[in-house]
Amino acid sequence: MTALLEIRNLKAEIAGKQILNGYDLTVKAGEVHAIMGPNGSGKSTLSYVLSGRPGYTITEGQALLAGADLSQMSVDERAAAGLFLAFQYPLEVPGVATMTFLRAAVNAQRKKRGEEEMSSPDLIKSVKEIAKILDMDMEMLRRPVNVGFSGGEKKRAETLQMMLLQPKLCILDETDSGLDIDALKVVSNGVNQLRSKDRGIVVITHYQRLLDYITPDVVHVQSAGRIVRTGGKELALELEETGYASYQSEAA
Amino acid sequence: MAAVQETVEQVRRVGADQYKYGFVTDIESDLAPKGLSEEVIRFISAKKNEPEWMLEWRLEAYRRWLTMTEPKWARVDYPAIDYQDLYYYAAPKSTAGPKSLDEVDPELLRTYEKLGIPLHEREILAGVERPEGEERPRVAVDAVFDSVSVATTFKEELKKAGVIFCPISEALREHPDLVRKYLGTVVPTSDNFFATLNSAVFSDGSFVYIPPGVRCPMELSTYFRINEKNTGQFERTLIIADRGSYVSYLEGCTAPKRDENQLHAAVVELVALDDAEIKYSTVQNWYPGDENGKGGIYNFVTKRGDCRGANSKISWTQVETGSAITWKYPSCVLRGENSRGEFYSIAISNGRQQVDSGTKMIHLGKGTTSRIISKGISAGHSSNAYRGLVSAHRKAEGARNFTNCDSLLIGDACSAHTIPYIEAKNPSCVFEHEATTSKISEDVLFYCMQRGLSQEDATALVVNGFVRDVLQQLPMEFAVEAQKLISVSLEGSVG
Ligand SMILES: Nc1ncnc2c1ncn2[C@@H]1O[C@H](COP(=O)(O)OP(=O)(O)O)[C@@H](O)[C@H]1O
Ligand SMILES: [Mg+2]
Repeated sequence: MTALLEIRNLKAEIAGKQILNGYDLTVKAGEVHAIMGPNGSGKSTLSYVLSGRPGYTITEGQALLAGADLSQMSVDERAAAGLFLAFQYPLEVPGVATMTFLRAAVNAQRKKRGEEEMSSPDLIKSVKEIAKILDMDMEMLRRPVNVGFSGGEKKRAETLQMMLLQPKLCILDETDSGLDIDALKVVSNGVNQLRSKDRGIVVITHYQRLLDYITPDVVHVQSAGRIVRTGGKELALELEETGYASYQSEAA
Repeated sequence: MAAVQETVEQVRRVGADQYKYGFVTDIESDLAPKGLSEEVIRFISAKKNEPEWMLEWRLEAYRRWLTMTEPKWARVDYPAIDYQDLYYYAAPKSTAGPKSLDEVDPELLRTYEKLGIPLHEREILAGVERPEGEERPRVAVDAVFDSVSVATTFKEELKKAGVIFCPISEALREHPDLVRKYLGTVVPTSDNFFATLNSAVFSDGSFVYIPPGVRCPMELSTYFRINEKNTGQFERTLIIADRGSYVSYLEGCTAPKRDENQLHAAVVELVALDDAEIKYSTVQNWYPGDENGKGGIYNFVTKRGDCRGANSKISWTQVETGSAITWKYPSCVLRGENSRGEFYSIAISNGRQQVDSGTKMIHLGKGTTSRIISKGISAGHSSNAYRGLVSAHRKAEGARNFTNCDSLLIGDACSAHTIPYIEAKNPSCVFEHEATTSKISEDVLFYCMQRGLSQEDATALVVNGFVRDVLQQLPMEFAVEAQKLISVSLEGSVG
């Protein structure tokens, strides 16, 4: 069976500087992978290269989503194909009510996939259910996207979008940063509800803490733009003890 | 860079192809002889069976105009206009005078249908969505085709409320005293080159009178269409809200695609007496010319409201997406004590469009207040300037103004300018001014696209967010239409 995400010897640069140095990663449907690594090791870069952020150029290798070459797809095509990125730093969209944004996103994806639009009542119903799971006030969804949201609120809002859009591949970039312990539990609970045999989840994090709530099947250590070690969930605990120091020197 | 670059490319492709109203109606017209002279003015006046004083008024304006020169201070650039190479009057042959709807040429009815303006008394403007079960608000429409009004709807019903809503040519015959009392009192015939020209040759437009204490029972709207070739449109609108009355009025406009530029020099005068309120909204969508700047309407318009009475209020809301060149400054003269003026504007320029627009708030009376919210969006190779004046007379004790001008740039080839003038002759007045200029954020576009929106949809969404404060000022029925228009004027292929 084709893997959901297949990255082979991927090299990518930004502003002429190579950040990813031969990245290999395979995520099968139904799996949850954690990618851990020191700051500056290129974790966010990986997420941007996969989602197609302008300025990030693949110079070698390949990234396939369910067998389709991502480099041949525009940003919105990748999204419609089921790739979702929960941003480390979600952006604000002034003047656009969150609900309006959600409707636009859901229906844009549906349209690209040749599906019928979601009706307003259905949308509101789904959003209400998700907001309840994430302990979010519906009032917040009338406000412009992420404008004036606290760090924690932004991460909840990202999770809400992800749960609503039901992507095939979820990439969470440091969704835990800025969350207190209660919020962390709530958000993790939301992510765990998305676990399914048809879906892959990649959790990028600096800390092991999040993995107490979202138990990964596989843990990778990333350093200097590639994966340097892979193991089971116990690897995360080991890292908690030893820190990244050894990996940083390895990369140097 | 890439996202913005692509947006620029897409925006570049917009232009002629995106303009949906560029068709021509094949209809025979009555034309005045080409060019401008006293004879042509007499011809126009005679066509309209005008009273003698009106002809004199026109001729006086014409003689003055001959001594005037075209203003050159605006940030717009266009070749000299040959005023002798234009037709100053064009009317569909079939419509000799105002008729009932049943008698209107079916070709004209089809034209308006195509434009989304059904000329019957059942529906409101097309393209308007309402929540189910909610009653559709009705809108009375005056349809002006080239130089004449071809139909006005809901006249009878308005008459019952005492409201007069008719072509100004009809008002000149039926209500001459009312017209004479107010015409030219807000924009004098000597006001400026284009207003003076308009005074000499104006052909048609709408006349509105709301009697004391009456809240106009429906939205009034005039729809202007230029069809004939080499023809200028010089409409004249006069709206009077008598004491304690209220009216909300909307104008819309389109023109066929033509390679030649066409001149539109309108004058709009508003008078609000004590405690009266006029809300005037414009959705301006004249043909903007093609992507190389060929063709399009020169929109040289003088719009002014006079808050003549105490506690009166005039508010201008405009969504400007069309015209090759826009030169217009809807203004308020705040004469009455505690009167209030408002100006809400969205001006979008794309392709080779040039916009020099803004407002004037002239505070004359005590305790007068005004508010200006202007949102300029420039794309393509366009240039977009906000020019505004806020002034307070010596006697304008306690006058207040708040101004906010935001400009958004899409791509690298366009420009935005903010040119505010402030004159406060009374030390007690408080004028606040805020202005920002920003480029559309590539990161925000990426964020939206990561959620599945196409580049065009993402751009339209961000722009709609940018202009939200102003859109909210439009009557609800038109906000939807305006929102679509904004998307169309920025998008490449959605539609
Ligand atoms: N726009 C940019 N231009 C140049 N270098 C960049 C840019 N963005 C990120 N980098 C560099 O890429 C490297 C990886 O960054 P990042 O992917 O954010 O790491 P992580 O998410 O693991 O902390 C860092 O050295 C960072 O300085
Ligand atoms: Mg990061």
